Amino acid sequence: MSTISREEVARLAGLARIDLTEAELTRLAGELDVIVDSVAKVSEVATADVPATSHPMPLTNVFRDDVPQEPLPVDAVLAGAPAAEDGRFLVPQILEED
Amino acid sequence: MAGTTGSDLTRRSAADLAQALRAGEVSSVEVTQAHLDRIAAVDGAVHAFLHVSAEDALATARDVDARRAAGEDLAPLAGVPVAVKDVVVTKGMPTTAGSRILSGWVPPYDATLVERLRAAGLPILGKTNMDEFAMGSSTEHSAYGNTHNPWDLDRIPGGSGGGSAAAVAAFEAPLAIGTDTGGSIRQPGAVTGTVGVKPTYGGVSRYGLIALASSLDQAGPVTRTVLDSALLHEVIGGHDPRDSTSLPDPLPDLVGAARQGLTGDLTGVRVGVVRELNGEGYQAGVRDRFEESLELLRAAGAEVVEVSCPHFEYALAAYYLILPSEASSNLAKFDGMRFGLRVEPTDGPATAERVMGATRGAGFGDEVKRRIILGTYALSAGYYDAYYGSAQKVRTLIQRDFAAAFAQADVLVSPTAPTTAFRLGEKLDDPLAMYLNDVATIPANLAGVPGLSVPNGLVDGLPVGFQVLAPARADDRLYRVGAALETLLEQRWGGPLLAQAPQLPTVTEGSTR
Repeated sequence: MSTISREEVARLAGLARIDLTEAELTRLAGELDVIVDSVAKVSEVATADVPATSHPMPLTNVFRDDVPQEPLPVDAVLAGAPAAEDGRFLVPQILEED
Repeated sequence: MAGTTGSDLTRRSAADLAQALRAGEVSSVEVTQAHLDRIAAVDGAVHAFLHVSAEDALATARDVDARRAAGEDLAPLAGVPVAVKDVVVTKGMPTTAGSRILSGWVPPYDATLVERLRAAGLPILGKTNMDEFAMGSSTEHSAYGNTHNPWDLDRIPGGSGGGSAAAVAAFEAPLAIGTDTGGSIRQPGAVTGTVGVKPTYGGVSRYGLIALASSLDQAGPVTRTVLDSALLHEVIGGHDPRDSTSLPDPLPDLVGAARQGLTGDLTGVRVGVVRELNGEGYQAGVRDRFEESLELLRAAGAEVVEVSCPHFEYALAAYYLILPSEASSNLAKFDGMRFGLRVEPTDGPATAERVMGATRGAGFGDEVKRRIILGTYALSAGYYDAYYGSAQKVRTLIQRDFAAAFAQADVLVSPTAPTTAFRLGEKLDDPLAMYLNDVATIPANLAGVPGLSVPNGLVDGLPVGFQVLAPARADDRLYRVGAALETLLEQRWGGPLLAQAPQLPTVTEGSTR
């Protein structure tokens, strides 16, 4: 069935925002090929007449009363952040300079 | 206090401890300290815990003792300590989900199930080891070292909840919390000789569980007896408005069902043996123990029939498309911005996007990377229909198989895991071989039905488990049948299976007092 190349793994890693080493790319390409070959058997029985199920217990119109509740204290939330300043998350530059 | 030394206390069931606490024979401080001492003595060898919260546990214990002395009406398990899997967030207590990316993170809030444990007065002993983000069947994918099976320290304790199962099996805790996405409560139960229950999907709130696959995840009890699981399930279960997938229905009478089962009478209960969850791929000894257990059920009055679930052979494949797909989305939140690790790239501009890539590259382990990439692939343009779409259709077919089977039987049964505990390292380099450990447990997660594993014997000195599955919302049936089998087996063994476990090496007890 499919073959997942090293380049394809690199592209997927880019989409998933995970920096992989050269060694990881090579190893994952081999492993994913085997795994994808194995899981592709789902298409044998997934015919057009079978509806898809996304959720085991279909619940609809799940509402709760619209009651304001105490939010978490800002300090407690920011205590776990890698960096914070002035009561906010401090994050790296968001846009590239070009 | 003759007869209630620390080591005696750690070997008693939660139900017994609760009774002794109510009768005033022992205090919660004594019970909690006995377990903390046991952890100090054996956890160097077992490594079930990532964090031990002695002060927090003893503070709860003192509070419960004071309230009991004041005549307050307390919850049934008040004062009985519990260990919590590290994927469940605990306010003021480190929570890592076994991942380096959350090293040192202290959550600002409690999961709903933790709130319920605290409200019921259960001292929390600490957080238990697990495969990183619950991805694995051996706990070897933890970023914080292996947990060792108390039956043989060179073997795996199962996974992903190997820490919770090992803690209970090693008498470090009478109760523990697990989570089960494809078998992570039941399979560790099987290989450590303990009881584990995955409730009906939505039966226990997922609020405050670090999500792996949201349509599959379910928290549940990990204990040494079926009755103890029922007692703990009743503490943590029930509707939670903070989880939109939480079932609004009240829980069935789980403790009552377990007590009924303990009479050993199963007259009129129809037990369906799933043809596809036995035979090829299952170790011969596992099949032998399973057949012996079926004989006991028949002798107890159950009607044992064979049922067929022809699409179960596609369950593993569907699971390894659905789970990675959901995980790749759920784990996107680990971006190095709001909590946990942040790593800057070694060269070039430190933009948010590049920091995210560097953080995830450094913070995630091999299995997490493997599954996120697999999920990204399954969800990507051009492959979505063939992989994720097909897997969702298989999910429908598996639900139909269950519906047909439950028309013929009240519960379905199988071996919980195909083999006994394997050696540490044995399957680490073969992802597919590792995935096969959950072949019998995964169908329940795909369909949302509840499942229980109860120890049903030894093969070459290692425990095996018997799985019971029930229709959605009929968790009480698990407890009735599980407790009946447990009591019949214990009559045969002359006591609990764990009484046959080898002594663990200990460092001097009481040295941490």
